[in-house]
Amino acid sequence: MAEYAAEGKSPEVLFWVGCSGSFDERAKKITKAFASLLQKARIDFAILGQEEGCTGDPAKRAGNEFLFQMQAIMNIEVLNSYEIKKIVTACPHCFNTLKNEYPQLGGEYEVLHHAQFLQNLLYEGRLKVEGGNFKGKKIVFHDPCYLGRANDQYEAPRQVLSALEADLIEMKRCRQNGLCCGAGGAQMFKEPEKGIKDINIERTEEALDKSPNIIATGCPFCNTMLTDGIKVKEKSLQVFVKDLAELLNEAIN
Amino acid sequence: MEYLRSILFLAFAIGGIGLFVRNLLRIRRNILLGKKSNRSDQPSVRLKLMARIAIGQGKMMAKPVAGFFHIIVYLGFLIVNVELIEIFIDGIFGTHRYLGHIIPTQLYNFVTATLDFLAVSVMISVSVFFIRRNITKVPRLNSRDLIGWPKIDGNLILIIEFVMMFALLSMNSADINLQLLDHRETLGYFPISHLILGNAFSGLSVHSLIIIEKSSWWFHYLGILFFMNYLYFSKHLHILFAFPNTYFSNLNKKGQLNSLEAITKEVRSMMDPNIDPYAATPEGTIPEKFGASDATDLSWIQLLNAYTCTECGRCTSNCPANLTGKKLSPRKIMMSVRDRIEDIGKNINKNGIFIEDGKQLLGDYITSEELWACTTCNACVESCPVLIDPLSIIIDLRRYLVMEQSAAPQELNMMMANMENNSAPWQFSQSDRANWIHE
Repeated sequence: MAEYAAEGKSPEVLFWVGCSGSFDERAKKITKAFASLLQKARIDFAILGQEEGCTGDPAKRAGNEFLFQMQAIMNIEVLNSYEIKKIVTACPHCFNTLKNEYPQLGGEYEVLHHAQFLQNLLYEGRLKVEGGNFKGKKIVFHDPCYLGRANDQYEAPRQVLSALEADLIEMKRCRQNGLCCGAGGAQMFKEPEKGIKDINIERTEEALDKSPNIIATGCPFCNTMLTDGIKVKEKSLQVFVKDLAELLNEAIN
Repeated sequence: MEYLRSILFLAFAIGGIGLFVRNLLRIRRNILLGKKSNRSDQPSVRLKLMARIAIGQGKMMAKPVAGFFHIIVYLGFLIVNVELIEIFIDGIFGTHRYLGHIIPTQLYNFVTATLDFLAVSVMISVSVFFIRRNITKVPRLNSRDLIGWPKIDGNLILIIEFVMMFALLSMNSADINLQLLDHRETLGYFPISHLILGNAFSGLSVHSLIIIEKSSWWFHYLGILFFMNYLYFSKHLHILFAFPNTYFSNLNKKGQLNSLEAITKEVRSMMDPNIDPYAATPEGTIPEKFGASDATDLSWIQLLNAYTCTECGRCTSNCPANLTGKKLSPRKIMMSVRDRIEDIGKNINKNGIFIEDGKQLLGDYITSEELWACTTCNACVESCPVLIDPLSIIIDLRRYLVMEQSAAPQELNMMMANMENNSAPWQFSQSDRANWIHE
């Protein structure tokens, strides 16, 4: 972004990569897939790079409002200094925080989750699926809580996936009734409380009940949790957990 | 004699309604022990929401069996309230079915027949509910949250409703037989009562029929007064509070947690290079507590939520933590908040002001283990038929644990330290953020 600013230009959209998308080995693949899609659609985009910081979502949900606001205000100062108008991100947690919690602190932007952004690109014809790589494949979509229930976005990811011409199936608990992957509310960063089962195992079992070829997600945290679940269930070789951006990127040459 | 009956009727009415109003005012006082929160914006949106969710039972059918029978009981309840008008007129003036004399016969017949039909439907519905609670043992109605009074309460409500409806039926059946004996004019139409109890009463004398009719009428009337005052002790309070609770519910996106203004002020002043770091805080200002440790630290909306909770357990049965055996139950969170604010209320009733009782919501009623199990997924909020928000309470209690007590789990402390140092929850350098481009 700094380079854009130095040239006095402003990009069409800012791609907010997020901590997971920047550092997590698995999530980086999602980041690259989405960036590749942006390039394929000839979108003029920028990232903040080293100037990006955690949105503060896990801190806020863990109860550390203080730390959250420190993070948020620092990010808002950076975003506002570049006069950012439109943001897209592949992380529903970043999406939710930027969209719903930054405005109160002076950060007002048009924020889109990558499912919404990709849905628009497909609709406008800026991205076209050819070849039908996924024909006959069974894909089951896991609704991320922070995209679905938190922001009522159920259709955009399904629209994107349906462009793949695959067989899109639903789990018993989907949409409003979707079951959490177990990572939200800062659970990603700690061991779960004692119980009879881990939440990601419960969710993985539910997905496997539908005997899919692919479990699609729209959140790097859900991706990690379900990938772990698949490993525990020893299904890593039969079933793949993929972000919808990765799937779409594979379908477009 | 007639006078005496009217006076007795009025005495019961004044006593019953007076007690009811006193209890309601106490609940109002308890709720207002909570912190201020403004939910008076967008009245038309709020009214529509209340109309859809509370009046229209908009979320009940998510569970079709419970939803269907609940709607019948709800309709029965509404129509019985129409009947109350007549009960009051007859009770005060010693008349018999006064409305039957002043409104068109067809309309009166329609109303009485509807009521008659609903009375039986309600009896069937509450029987289904009783079976679900005690025989088929629907899991969410038999979990450990409900041991003790909540379970008795649930059953008592069903029994009371059954008996009350039975009183209506027996009153109507006796009336039909009196009408058939030509003892009184024909008023109202009671097909179901006729079918069910009519024949059983048909051989009785006029005297016995009048006794049955009058005693059923009195039983029903006193039952209503009793039930009204029973509400205070019961989860059944939702029949009143569902309306304000949906009206004042959260209109923002579920993912948006509230922002603490006191903290914004502090963070801004920390980041402001022009501020005098040695400036003394003005005298007399008490530093605000961050988050909530007791029920009175919660907002009045959250306390209203607690009084509205019907203990139906839809929240808990959808909670991922609860489903996988963790201690967290959103229903229990709501019940604990009500228990605590009730204990505070009783303390005030006894002492005039609240005298420290060595207890608080956090720790004595709700443990931190429950709080840390929450994934903030909003399943509980989504599933509540009366728009209660248990998540906001969990977050406020977490805020106290973290910001006042530094009592977060160790791993979360590490996560937060990373965030402070590297602006990421993991221990990676911020300068490596864009490395993925070249990998």
